[in-house]
Amino acid sequence: MKDLKSQASKSTTPGKGGLTPEIQSRIGHQLRAMYDDVVRQGVPDRFAELIKKLDTPGGTPQDQGNGGPNDNNGRD
Amino acid sequence: MPLTESLRNDILAAVPSLRAFAISLSGNADRADDLVQETLLRALANIDSFQPGSNLPAWLFTILRNLFRSDYRKRRREVEDAEGNYAKTLKTQPSQNAHLEFEEFRGALDKLPQDQREALILVGASGFSYEDAASICGCAVGTIKSRVNRARSKLAALLYVDGAEDFGPDETVRAVIGGSGG
Repeated sequence: MKDLKSQASKSTTPGKGGLTPEIQSRIGHQLRAMYDDVVRQGVPDRFAELIKKLDTPGGTPQDQGNGGPNDNNGRD
Repeated sequence: MPLTESLRNDILAAVPSLRAFAISLSGNADRADDLVQETLLRALANIDSFQPGSNLPAWLFTILRNLFRSDYRKRRREVEDAEGNYAKTLKTQPSQNAHLEFEEFRGALDKLPQDQREALILVGASGFSYEDAASICGCAVGTIKSRVNRARSKLAALLYVDGAEDFGPDETVRAVIGGSGG
């Protein structure tokens, strides 16, 4: 993080590919913010149940009516 | 290998980042979850081909990425209206400024060629090494590096025309960057 700070302070020096370090770190920051927001949502029940079900002998994902327009999931 | 308890837990643990990857690629939350579901089913059906000790997240990401690509070809047109949907997946509603900035970023990301977008997400957000990203995308490490560089340059051109000139108004990010060091 210290690293980012020092990069930001010399933002007028273009880095690799003509990008200033400040812009590079800004892009990285926005990208991770977008991504981590979803990661923090954890595992939706839908998927936890799916994986649990598959572990049970005889359990198949098809019999729980997952409600999505999924065509022939895992049929083969 | 067989589906052991620990492998099942590892797969579960990978779900949050699989979703993040799927949403980043597709821009559409519903579609992303369908992709994740299909990925999990396919992974579990082919679990015998997973090499114990190898990189499970990379294996799962490879499946998802390939599914997305084959799906994308079929549904190219529907992708265009995806933008608005993404905001609904956010847990916390960002402030209006941050929200505008976010939409702008999302829009720019969607304008990147798919090769560049996926490379940037894998390396810049998922945290894969260039080597892992190359194996997920089935290309050379040097190719991934150049895609990531081109993606960054293109985003910068789309978002911050003329570099630092456009920087003034945005204090949020500046505060975050400046504040994180103490």
